[in-house]
Amino acid sequence: MHEYPITQQIVKIVDEAARKQHASRVSKITLVVGELSGFVGDSIHLYFDIISKGTVAEGAEFSITYIKSKLLCENCLEHFERQMYSFACPRCGTDGVPTDIGKEFYIQDIEVEIESSQNNSDGE
Amino acid sequence: MTQEQDKEIKKIAVMEDIYRENDRLAAETRDGLDRRNIFTVNIMGAPGAGKTSVLRGIIASMSDTPVAVIEGDIESDIDTKVLRELGINAFQINTGGACHLDAPMIQTRLADVQLSDNSILFIENIGNLVCPAEFQIGEHIKLLIVDATDGSDKPYKYPLAFEKADGIVLNKCDLKPYVDFDSAFFYKGVQALNRKAPVFEVSGKTGEGFPAVVAWLKERRACHK
Repeated sequence: MHEYPITQQIVKIVDEAARKQHASRVSKITLVVGELSGFVGDSIHLYFDIISKGTVAEGAEFSITYIKSKLLCENCLEHFERQMYSFACPRCGTDGVPTDIGKEFYIQDIEVEIESSQNNSDGE
Repeated sequence: MTQEQDKEIKKIAVMEDIYRENDRLAAETRDGLDRRNIFTVNIMGAPGAGKTSVLRGIIASMSDTPVAVIEGDIESDIDTKVLRELGINAFQINTGGACHLDAPMIQTRLADVQLSDNSILFIENIGNLVCPAEFQIGEHIKLLIVDATDGSDKPYKYPLAFEKADGIVLNKCDLKPYVDFDSAFFYKGVQALNRKAPVFEVSGKTGEGFPAVVAWLKERRACHK
């Protein structure tokens, strides 16, 4: 449900970034979504196609990089993916602590098309 | 001299956090509340955990401090009516479907409610153990309400809410013996996710446990001033 307003935000950020470059069209958007961000990539994609209609981002390819959540074992000083119903480090058994890995939710980059009309002088 | 119409493809690094606008508005709201010395608590928890009952328990033990409540619900004003009948200054937000409160909703609502300076504002989020944890709304602290009847596995299933909480209230503790609540399992999960948040065992039904929650809230408020 809450993917709709957040997708409006994505379209707004993309639009601003594209305008700064005087782009005529956004051809690709790469989003980074952590597992714990709570956002469903497919839903964002669906809403994106609807919300971006009539904007510079209409029809853009939508690519999502998913990131698995990881805990940090303070004993082994290594990151690990937790198992169901456990926070234990697979190596030493100590409970790991939460990290920011898996909470990402940002636009990494966009690919834009810029129509350039250039006057090329041959020097004569 | 030649004129060319070219299409250049360019990759632009954006690296922009999508929460940016929400977080900006939340910070603005928090600044505004700070100027009036209104300490704000975001109450999060699943439907039926007893968020409103816990609020009643807290407010009953807090007679010396002016409080107000903003009640977030998808629909209805049942909770607001309950609180108003107790003489509590309460206001409703209906999200009409949205699963959490966000900073724009709170900013809009705060513009038209009367709050006293030097008070405590409780904002009861939508009943949901997932989404509210992801959005700042302008609060100073997050208080998570969970309950014994929902089971002791909640930290393992909904880690983010436990991780983000500044304090945790375990409600319906009078029912623990009847529902096989595994305290050791629960506390182990909480401890793994959050070493700082104190856990308060209370019962909205019997009223036990609330003075400790209130003492902690007052301490947090005093630290913040």
